[in-house]
Amino acid sequence: MKTSHCRVAIVGAGPSGLALASELASAGIDGVVLLERESKAGGIPRHCGHSPYGMREFRRILGGPEYARRLVARALRHGVVLRTAVTITEIEAGGSLRLSSAAGMERLHADRIVLCTGNRETPRAPRLVSGSRALGIVTTGALQSMLYLKRRLPFKRPLIVGSELVSFSALLTCRHAGIKPIAMIEARSQVTAWRLASLLPPLLGTRLCLNTSLREIHGDERVRAVNVDVDRGAGAPMTLDCDGVVFSGCFVSESSLVRVSHLELDPASGGPSIDQYGRCSDPDYFSCGNQLHPVDTAGWCWAEGRDTAASLVASLDGRLDAAGRSLAIKGTSPVIRYFTPQRITMMEPGYSNKAPAAHRQLQVRLARDARGRLSLRDGAHELSGRNISARRERRVLLPLPPLARLQQCQSLSLEFEPAQAEQR
Amino acid sequence: MPEFFTSDSLPADVFDVVIIGAGVVGCAMARRFTLEGARTLVIEKSMDLLDGASKGNSAILHTGFDAPPPGSQEHGCLVDGYHEYREIHARLNLPLLECGALVLAWSGEEAERLHMLRQNAHRNGVTSAHIIDAKQVRRREPELADSVLAALEIPGESIIDPWSAPYAYMLQALQNGASLARQCALVGGRFDGETWLLETSRGKLRSRLVINCAGLYGDRVNQLLVSESDFEIRPRKGQFVVFDKSARPLLRSILLPVPTEITKGIVVCPTIFGNVLVGPTAEEQDSRSDASVDAQELQALVDRGAQILPALSRHGVTATYAGIRPASEHKDYQIKWYPGQRYCCVGGIRSTGLSAALGIASRVHGEYRDQGNRHAAPGKYVWPQVAGIAETAKRDWQEPGNDGIVCHCELVTRREINQALDGPLAPGGLAGLKRRTRAGMGRCQGFYCSAELCELTEGRLSQSLAVARK
Repeated sequence: MKTSHCRVAIVGAGPSGLALASELASAGIDGVVLLERESKAGGIPRHCGHSPYGMREFRRILGGPEYARRLVARALRHGVVLRTAVTITEIEAGGSLRLSSAAGMERLHADRIVLCTGNRETPRAPRLVSGSRALGIVTTGALQSMLYLKRRLPFKRPLIVGSELVSFSALLTCRHAGIKPIAMIEARSQVTAWRLASLLPPLLGTRLCLNTSLREIHGDERVRAVNVDVDRGAGAPMTLDCDGVVFSGCFVSESSLVRVSHLELDPASGGPSIDQYGRCSDPDYFSCGNQLHPVDTAGWCWAEGRDTAASLVASLDGRLDAAGRSLAIKGTSPVIRYFTPQRITMMEPGYSNKAPAAHRQLQVRLARDARGRLSLRDGAHELSGRNISARRERRVLLPLPPLARLQQCQSLSLEFEPAQAEQR
Repeated sequence: MPEFFTSDSLPADVFDVVIIGAGVVGCAMARRFTLEGARTLVIEKSMDLLDGASKGNSAILHTGFDAPPPGSQEHGCLVDGYHEYREIHARLNLPLLECGALVLAWSGEEAERLHMLRQNAHRNGVTSAHIIDAKQVRRREPELADSVLAALEIPGESIIDPWSAPYAYMLQALQNGASLARQCALVGGRFDGETWLLETSRGKLRSRLVINCAGLYGDRVNQLLVSESDFEIRPRKGQFVVFDKSARPLLRSILLPVPTEITKGIVVCPTIFGNVLVGPTAEEQDSRSDASVDAQELQALVDRGAQILPALSRHGVTATYAGIRPASEHKDYQIKWYPGQRYCCVGGIRSTGLSAALGIASRVHGEYRDQGNRHAAPGKYVWPQVAGIAETAKRDWQEPGNDGIVCHCELVTRREINQALDGPLAPGGLAGLKRRTRAGMGRCQGFYCSAELCELTEGRLSQSLAVARK
């Protein structure tokens, strides 16, 4: 088997991988190899034709494909080695990747490996939806790559399931291609995305149905109609004629490689468990982007890629302790769906506390809308806390105390105390 | 010409045998009759093989340990089919996972019934079946729920690929001279004392023998051709849940429940592709085509899976599907000759068809031979090698020149997809392409590859996945 070596191998050329690669290369690291399984780099923005992208990165509003193109151009300008159409089939201890390309199998060793494989939407099957398996059932990602990359229409009058940001992206994508969604349905009483987004569907001539959930899909070869439960199941089920269903959102970490590897997986986030430097349980491996926290914007992932690069440079320089004791952060509240990083690595004597940490705050996602106090505690002592009133699916940030302070902790737990009003 | 496409007219001369239906039984039948020298044609009403009952099953190669007793049609066919598969699979490049099965007892009553099951197994010739205690069960399957009491171990039960096996049978038939006409539905027919004149949706056909392998429509074909049927198809739907490949290390064997009078119950087993399968349900229904799934039943399967293997709850669902078994009011298969009419019905092949198909074919052919029918059999046969897509097979992505991976979840290459689309027995629709290559069958269910598949398949399937944007 062909075997080669590089300094840093990055798996996944979406916004976080591209930002990280550019940052490393511009910091003077030679031999940064960026691996992408698609035929072109850029990740999800590549097939997201609408704005807004790029405010944080380029100080201007760009469409997804143009944004992706610029990120790729920047990485190449800095000397990143980009390899597309390369699929990683296995990750191994000791910083080694097995990969497959048109040329067959090969092995790539690297001093550090970064996993930036992003996230994907939950398709129909894991949602356990009743009905037939007809043509015309897609996720937003599949729809957008059909429309923007291959210029093909899978349907003309679909139903959109969900009301996350990506659901509105699906709506805009449809309208852009002349597809008229018959309705957008959301099982809850309000849209998951920003409240103002609920104004968009009526403007575009699509009904927004809250408290409505998909009951069954009908159709033999192609989707013919759907049954929906209205008023949270209180009303009589309705039949809507349509020729497709878009399952949007419910993003999950694309961590297939991690699941079958030696790396520790965080069952709550679905991604690899990391420390404040973005390191996985094997310190040769790092991770950043939406693989850690489905789902955030491209801009957020880009910034995380950039910050993770600083930690990675410190690791390559020997400024990070590879064998340091780490303290897992326990999270017990059912309100907290997941958080990242999941543990804090302490530095043994001889290492500086000042090495740049990619994560200076905890990123928390709630399982439901909630009001109350979120706090990081060492036993009875609150290290960091804030009062929040946050909705499900929103990112909540909680600053991490300096490492010097964390070093003194016996235990770390992330807790949520509901507000008085909520308790009643 | 092995395949008569919809643009071709059907030949006017007389076939030795016309087989109605290209499910697993029809495919095996075509193979057997062709290898024995008969001029064979298979007609199939759908656009692809295996579009009926054969598309959804549990993919187990049964020993027949719990089959009806020796002397029954099912037992004989199962035993023969099991052995023939093991004899020929390597030559056709078909996979075989010899993982064994455990019938699990969760209560004292079930543990008692294991003894009866063992007796039945021994009666059926499966003498390797033996009872093991809870400790031995746990040593073999450490992830099983604690409450397991004992098990009947049947080492010979195996897992195969439910689609590439019948596909290989049909391919071998075609490459040795058989013909296939798809999208060709039987409309009627009459026997003139010597020859059948069959009316199909694509024209007339003549044959000296007709074999009804019509599965879910077996009784209707009987009515059409011989105006009677000894059985009535009572469609029984079975829903399945497929778990992510990350769950595969959770089990080694096929995990069976103690069966009841009505059903074999819910099985948890590995698939040949490296997933974990939980199912089937057993639901009587009137429709012979409605293979829809039901959210509550699927949830019950997920819950049942987690009761048996608690760690399963930490793994995702990759796919759900339903198959329809062509059960009848009878327990046994309904294989019947109408000697005066040169007609044979192979009906009521309820749920063991995949395992028994080769045995059914050789028994039906044996009877045909015993009736005095002889053909000059070619001494040498072509043995096609089907593409290896099992978990353990050498896969195309490992080879140079594979043109790159299209489906990342199942590691399906562009070359594999092109070969399936251009090769003999090309798929009719997307479902057929998935069965042949596994493209789009993985955990993302097309999030990444469906656009690429749209482009690759354009103009190459009988159905179009999407239309070009203006």
